[in-house]
Amino acid sequence: MPHSTFFRFMGPSLIAMFLFIALPIVSIFVQSLHVEHPQVVVVSETCQPFGGCTQTTSVDAGATAKIRAEQPLGQFNGLGTYVDRNHLAFRELKAILANSNGVGDAIALIYNLPLYRALAFTVTYTAVVTPLAMILGFLIALAVNIVPRMVKGPVMFFSLVPMLITPLVGALILYWMLNTEGILGAAIQHLYNDPNLSTRTSGPLTWATLMTYGIWTNAPFSFIVFYAGLQAVPRDTLEAAIIDGASRLDRIRYVVLPSLRPLVLFVLLVQLMDNFRVFEPIISFNASANATSLSFLVYSSLNTQTTQLFGSAAATSVITIGFITVLIVPVLLRVARELSAGTR
Amino acid sequence: MADVLNRRPPVVTLFAMGFVICWLIIAAFPFAWTVWGSSKVQSDFFSRESWWNAILGTNTLRVTGEAFTGAGYYGAWIATGFWRAALSTAIITTCVTMISLTFGTLGGYALARSTHRYRFAILVMALFFRAMPDITLVSGYLLPFFELNIWGYRATAIIVLVALNQPFTLWMMYSFFQGIPRDLDESALVDGCTRFQAFRMIIMPVMWPGVITTGLFSFLLAYNDFSVTSLILSEQNQTMVPKIASYLGQIQSEGNIMFAVAAVVSITIPIFMLVMFFQRYLVSGLTAGAVKG
Repeated sequence: MPHSTFFRFMGPSLIAMFLFIALPIVSIFVQSLHVEHPQVVVVSETCQPFGGCTQTTSVDAGATAKIRAEQPLGQFNGLGTYVDRNHLAFRELKAILANSNGVGDAIALIYNLPLYRALAFTVTYTAVVTPLAMILGFLIALAVNIVPRMVKGPVMFFSLVPMLITPLVGALILYWMLNTEGILGAAIQHLYNDPNLSTRTSGPLTWATLMTYGIWTNAPFSFIVFYAGLQAVPRDTLEAAIIDGASRLDRIRYVVLPSLRPLVLFVLLVQLMDNFRVFEPIISFNASANATSLSFLVYSSLNTQTTQLFGSAAATSVITIGFITVLIVPVLLRVARELSAGTR
Repeated sequence: MADVLNRRPPVVTLFAMGFVICWLIIAAFPFAWTVWGSSKVQSDFFSRESWWNAILGTNTLRVTGEAFTGAGYYGAWIATGFWRAALSTAIITTCVTMISLTFGTLGGYALARSTHRYRFAILVMALFFRAMPDITLVSGYLLPFFELNIWGYRATAIIVLVALNQPFTLWMMYSFFQGIPRDLDESALVDGCTRFQAFRMIIMPVMWPGVITTGLFSFLLAYNDFSVTSLILSEQNQTMVPKIASYLGQIQSEGNIMFAVAAVVSITIPIFMLVMFFQRYLVSGLTAGAVKG
């Protein structure tokens, strides 16, 4: 296909991606180097004949609006936003490491810094949900593979719904059940005989419920992909394994799993990307007091009552993209190699 | 020999059956519970006394005289204008699906048929873009959109969602077109068709299964989106998902949590229908990228 034809076909798609994905990445980088203009403050002195002079400071709203309209990007701040307390907080980190009493104390203090707090949850969520959802999905696939045919249809149907459901809505549905007044929340209280146990107040319980949601909504994807993969496991090898006396577990370990290997990598990639951007469940669970994620930090900088903190949101975004890049570059290189080798 | 593979002790089958049934309950029960509860009053669905209230509707019976009430649905759809959000969602998802399919089909076809090496660069780049969390990009849109005065309109949200959809759509259509033999359109080229004629007359008639599958996922992406629609649309153009999120903020003060429950059930129904009618396509789409792996 000649270049010109190729680009005529690709054109709309490339332009859309350039304008709304590539340029915004540049735009957030530029934005992150700027910070909102401070309000213009006017100091006025009023003197009374006998009372002396009093200084009053007031915000000049007109001048503030004017300077903001002239330079919407704000004033140049260099890397200032990156190192402030709400982001990488280098100065605070240094102080904590110098003055803290022991490792536990230092971790507790670092956890109080917003970005590290969000990072802790995001990484834990990704690291817990990804493998557990994959294992659960694999077990369901194994089980569905040996149950009678008529069960498979309904299982597929009811597995697709938790996966395709709007994340915000799926999380709400679980939250209402896990609420202290919902059926599961009440059951948990009853089970532990503790009427004050609640996802709202308990940090660990909030984390646990969020991750429960994550596993619930992510397991079906692994199940469906692995189930399709199980149909393609070479029968000859399986039969040979049986003749050689391999047990059921041996067969899974030495025949089934190796043949699913490419699928495992594929699911792992998709799940890592999706779990690292965890965001909606935190809104649904109203969990921001106990758990925040990087995406949630960006959202809360933008979704403010007064001035939107573009600089702050952009700096968090750049940091997030940095983490994602580190996470995904090995995979990208691998895909690039496979593509040029023609195996994909 | 085939039955060797299927011979297994009944204990194993029984155990597998039990496990599958457990999963079915875990997957389906939350939906059944919420759908049932949406026809009750708040003191039943969020009962402090006993969850039997939610099943039997004790307080609903006391308050409204019947065991079922549509008050939540009335409050959501009519009183608080959820219908407007539903309309907005319908417009946005339809446009997003159509446009991203058009762009993605053309692009995916070119990627699958090109022999130049830069197509790999485009594919890898698309994968990288796919990994960007939407919300980080949204933080880059807002300021330029304010400046250009295009913030708040449905058209803006549509084009943004189309762009965010492209990486996924391109990959899906690419792997689908790779499954269609090259000979098909190349013989048309030999017969004197241009590339576009070959695409329109030879490829379009056979590409519908792939288009339907990709279309379903494009639809879901637009339908489920929260980060773009909540920050880019003005209040009167709001779609269903941010509308539901806005109920959450008001719950405590106005006691209208049942509006949110009813809205949640309403937004779930189209997804149920989709899964019911297109199950085969959805499953094939999920496994398409994978099996080629």
